[in-house]
Amino acid sequence: MKQFAAMFKARTMEFVRDRGTFFWNLLFPIVLVFGFAFAFSGRGQELFTVGIVTGASETAPDLLHFLEIEQIEFVEYPSVATETVVERLRRHQLDMVLDLEQSEYYVNVESPNGPIIEMVLGATGGVELERREVTGEPIRYVDWLVPGVIGMNMMFSCLFGVGFVIVRYRKNGVLKRLKATPVSALTFVTAQAASRLVIVVATSIFVFAGTDLFLKFMMNGSYLNLLLITTLSILCMISVGLVFASRLRSEELTSGLMNLVTLPMIILSGVFFSLEGSPPVMQRIARAFPLTHFTEASRAIMLDGAGFLEILPNVFFLVVLTVALLLIAALLFKWE
Amino acid sequence: METIVQVRDLQKSYGHVRAVDGVSFDIPVESCFGLLGPNGAGKTTTIEMMEGILTPSGGQVLFRGKPIDRHFKEKVGIQFQSTALPEFITVKETLEMFRAFYPDPRPMDEVIDICSLADIISRDNRKLSGGQRQRLLLALAIVPYPEIVFLDEPTTGLDPQARRNFWKLIERIRLEKTTVVLTTHYMEEAQLLCDRIAIMDHGRILELDTPENLLAKHFEGVVVRVPAGAEGNETMELVTSNLDETMKSLLAEQTNLDGLSIHKPNLEDLFIKLTGSSLRS
Ligand SMILES: Nc1ncnc2c1ncn2[C@@H]1O[C@H](COP(=O)(O)OP(=O)(O)OP(=O)(O)O)[C@@H](O)[C@H]1O
Ligand SMILES: [Mg+2]
Repeated sequence: MKQFAAMFKARTMEFVRDRGTFFWNLLFPIVLVFGFAFAFSGRGQELFTVGIVTGASETAPDLLHFLEIEQIEFVEYPSVATETVVERLRRHQLDMVLDLEQSEYYVNVESPNGPIIEMVLGATGGVELERREVTGEPIRYVDWLVPGVIGMNMMFSCLFGVGFVIVRYRKNGVLKRLKATPVSALTFVTAQAASRLVIVVATSIFVFAGTDLFLKFMMNGSYLNLLLITTLSILCMISVGLVFASRLRSEELTSGLMNLVTLPMIILSGVFFSLEGSPPVMQRIARAFPLTHFTEASRAIMLDGAGFLEILPNVFFLVVLTVALLLIAALLFKWE
Repeated sequence: METIVQVRDLQKSYGHVRAVDGVSFDIPVESCFGLLGPNGAGKTTTIEMMEGILTPSGGQVLFRGKPIDRHFKEKVGIQFQSTALPEFITVKETLEMFRAFYPDPRPMDEVIDICSLADIISRDNRKLSGGQRQRLLLALAIVPYPEIVFLDEPTTGLDPQARRNFWKLIERIRLEKTTVVLTTHYMEEAQLLCDRIAIMDHGRILELDTPENLLAKHFEGVVVRVPAGAEGNETMELVTSNLDETMKSLLAEQTNLDGLSIHKPNLEDLFIKLTGSSLRS
């Protein structure tokens, strides 16, 4: 325990005193969040978007004119529950939803586009449809983005802060010196991981709170669940870092391999863009990445108000993956 | 005399490089044992197998009659030939960290005092000079009150003054009845500090004895050096027990005696003689 505390302290001080890394870890994500908040502050698209649930246009010949309007983008949701599509309407991602089977249409009364498109529908013969109202604030891009940016920052900080640093210790002989003391490899590794866990949880909270102060993110769920999924994801990514750190002794090779892992995660885990429309193969690959589970669960909590039960599959995946990776790292680990 | 470390037919191969090719020796408790040899002789490899850092390819190392166990590391102090120190922490913090590693560490003040670290105590590890670094590395080695310390080239790269200070340090540690094993390229250092010396080359031990016995065995008399060769840029070396006769014959051969030197043989001469460095010049 004394050994653990001593190494924990040394590693944490190293992080705090290494000004470059320290500010990079804090400022980079903050700048990114603000940058995107301003870049996407206007409405992304000019078109009106209407979601269509079930049925094809043939079943509603009286809507033909409406469905031919070029300024409206129609998105079909053939096998999706109406409620899911209506949820998008609540978030202002759609301007209207047509449920042709039930002969209903939904509008969001809080959306400025709602009345306009309703008039267009009325003028082109959609009068027989029954009107349903929903309410809901818009999700700004930045509300959706902030978990992605924080997740990405977590990933870099965990992989490089644990993996890369231990490889450097091995290369320059710090590990060899520690091997010559009574400290066990397990104590050393857990101290490194614990220090990083505290650092990354703290920086993530700082980045979130700091940007939330100005941008007031949508938060429909519980902060406790958000903290839980954050901590688990950080542990999981630290374990990824530890697997890298277990054997490698070349910094160049390590950073190459880490880029090989982080790049697909950034692209496929939906950090910047939603993967909803992407090929199923890519979506299936993305299920294997811890970052995917973090962005998915934290967005579910923040935007959809998901509770613990709804994020349980993500929690389960992260726990299992973490345990598996830690076992692999422990089996592979060599001081030299 | 009681033996603290026994080395039995120790071997280490890297591919077909036989870094250590079957060495055996005993180290008496409370003695100072020196390993000498040219670059690549196998000193570091030998000492690191004794430390339990490298696994031997063959043979064994016994500590107090038993194979090295997991408590061994609590009783030894180690200074590697090259080590990086943890970055962004000060000398004091480094010492504190290492003190936490051992069950019964030496008090901080004592470490600082022995290794004269007072004036650099709050300096960042990265900003230490070569000599200051070596002092800190030795300090880390003595933190556990070691029964034995292994020092791999502790004075390489130090200026003559710093080297003398280091010798004093080692003598101070020896007062605590600590056994010292060190490697060095400096013969005067070995002669001054060590009770017994092993001269190694090509992974084997060529000679092992006290400095006095080694010299007595290999040199009777004195060493005479005279310039030789067409331009006088080579050196002829003679070892003789009859100086009078040697000088007369040199004069008779009309040798140019400018630059002649006569001295009592030291380990430097023995080293050159044994490792054949003279053949290379
Ligand atoms: N890890 C290794 N892999 C391959 N060869 C090695 C390794 N370590 C040492 N050797 C070889 O073993 C031989 C002995 O090396 P060693 O480091 O023990 O020499 P040394 O006597 O300490 O030399 P120096 O005075 O230069 O420190 C050398 O030929 C070296 O090249
Ligand atoms: Mg060496």
